[in-house]
Amino acid sequence: MGRVLLEHITKRFDDVVAVNDLTLEAHDEELLVLLGPSGCGKSTVLRMIAGLEHPTDGRVSIGDRDVTEVEAKDRDIAMVFQSYALYPHMTAGKNIDFPLRARHVPAAERTQLVEQAANVLGIGDLLDRKPGQLSGGQRQRVALARAIVRRPEAFLMDEPLSNLDAKLRVQTRAELVDLQRRFQATVVYVTHDQVEAMTMGHRIAILDQGVLQQVDTPQAVYERPANVFVARFIGTPPMNTLTGRVTASADGTTFETPGVQVPLPVTTAAAVAAAGVVEAVLGVRPEDLRLSATGPIAAKVILVESLGHERHVIGRLDDGQTLIVRIPGDVAPPEDGEQIALTPTSGGLHLFDAASGQRVDG
Amino acid sequence: MSDRARRLGHTARRLAFPYALLLPALAIFAVFVFFPFLKNFQLALYKTPPFPGLPSKYVGFSQISKVLTSSDFRNSLWVTILFALLTVPAGIFLGLVLAVLAHQKLRGVGIYRTIFSSTVATSVAVASVVFGTLMSPQVGLLPWLGINPSPAILSNPTLALPAVALTTIWQNLGLSFILMSAGLQAVPEDLLEAAQVDGAGSWTRFWRVTVPSLSPTIFFAAVIGSIYAFQTFGQIDLLTQGGPDNKTNVLTYFIVTQLHQNQNPGYAAVLSIALFSITLVLTLLQLRFLERRVHYAR
Repeated sequence: MGRVLLEHITKRFDDVVAVNDLTLEAHDEELLVLLGPSGCGKSTVLRMIAGLEHPTDGRVSIGDRDVTEVEAKDRDIAMVFQSYALYPHMTAGKNIDFPLRARHVPAAERTQLVEQAANVLGIGDLLDRKPGQLSGGQRQRVALARAIVRRPEAFLMDEPLSNLDAKLRVQTRAELVDLQRRFQATVVYVTHDQVEAMTMGHRIAILDQGVLQQVDTPQAVYERPANVFVARFIGTPPMNTLTGRVTASADGTTFETPGVQVPLPVTTAAAVAAAGVVEAVLGVRPEDLRLSATGPIAAKVILVESLGHERHVIGRLDDGQTLIVRIPGDVAPPEDGEQIALTPTSGGLHLFDAASGQRVDG
Repeated sequence: MSDRARRLGHTARRLAFPYALLLPALAIFAVFVFFPFLKNFQLALYKTPPFPGLPSKYVGFSQISKVLTSSDFRNSLWVTILFALLTVPAGIFLGLVLAVLAHQKLRGVGIYRTIFSSTVATSVAVASVVFGTLMSPQVGLLPWLGINPSPAILSNPTLALPAVALTTIWQNLGLSFILMSAGLQAVPEDLLEAAQVDGAGSWTRFWRVTVPSLSPTIFFAAVIGSIYAFQTFGQIDLLTQGGPDNKTNVLTYFIVTQLHQNQNPGYAAVLSIALFSITLVLTLLQLRFLERRVHYAR
């Protein structure tokens, strides 16, 4: 297996910049997830790795080879498409066999490899059926078998689970992770589903409007989002983001907005002073807020949503900004319209520069 | 009880209403399609008298077997099959080639598409006059270029049928091009991309992905083309009148000459039944295949 390296990749479609100066590496044997909302350019990135799109600028390397000018068929990669892209006129077996045949692998070896790949995915008894006679889950397995039948440098997967129902998706997710480990494969995996990204990725690369926002492990992305976009994109329900001002006094540095006066930790205060930030966005995850008798955040309850094991209390600040608080299901919830006080847990605060959206404390 | 009767009456009216709506169409079909169709079968059972004015004579199936075993019929059937073999595969092949050429994301490719499909807007008469002139020994382009066989192309027993076939291929090329273009556009892009990633070169992609995906279209074009070929009349009438030596005497032309020149409706009726049967088989083939195509749906 090999790494996949993108250096200063830009892709323009006429006037639209789909991907802007992207530098990113999927290490050898790593499962790297490209995550972002639809239209963020993640599929375009994958297609440029595959050779199905040619970058306007920049370099693509797979393994130790610069493949920027190499045709897709010669790039030594395998791809799983969102639609599975199975050849409808061929049986499952012939579909799996296709990449071997196209590369002139001897017939005897091909039969054996097809059988192996089919057995790995548990579809050995479906090889004589055509895609039209298979269920969605079975087709997905055929598509995966077609990808693993060779040992390419890297696997590219374009939202491979999005056409499966919720239950099958969870099951297949675990199987994909297991496959990746067994084959020690380098995988670049595109999804818009943050749960998929968090559960599967060794690292996650988050894209927005063609620009890379952050690359890091799922935990790091969750705990220290690099900017407001990432903060809001990762996590369900999303992180609360309140806009306000930072003021420094003899008592310390505080974030203020009507009804809110949150003291900032010393390290954050130092970073604020160094960066000279005044207008700021305070981020705090719903699970990092506690209901308390008194607290630095005052809000009025407008709705309580119950999910059984937990409740989401939606509150409104004096200036109309809303926030969500997550409380355990066995804690008595406040009434609608009740005035509540909230205290952030220590380490639960994230501060961003309102102008740039970037995290202030590095 | 009265309640039940009312309900029955209501049901009857509900069932009868759709049929009542079908009646006008049915009447028109009865007069212009069903009656002539059945009358034709009746005509086939009666022998036309050698002189006009005498009553036609009921001969049962003997006329049918006599006509179908005659050398004139066998010659005409053979000429028609040959004509279909000359026109259909070549038409599909050329249509596909043009469609592949025009299936490119290039500036101005629309102009080529318009040109390639333009023969659809040409009538048989125009096509025949154009090609008749091109091949004319007096003023034609081909003789001027030195291609001037003796006897002349359209009176030449070897060349007349291929010449008419050429005219027909040209005339049907627009339709063939449009069918193949539509088929090509329906080939899912992700299949071709998957094949590319799987390591297939452009030739392999074309033969192993594009052509199989096109097979329903190709089959459709083949059946439609064959039906057209079996019903060809205009080109023959305008270019060769069935000659020389019956070498271009296709079934439809044979039917018309039997009916009008030989005043033999009985004979013509049998030929019509033969033509109908062939067309029916081709149509059934097409229907069966269209059903099978459902398995292709992904």
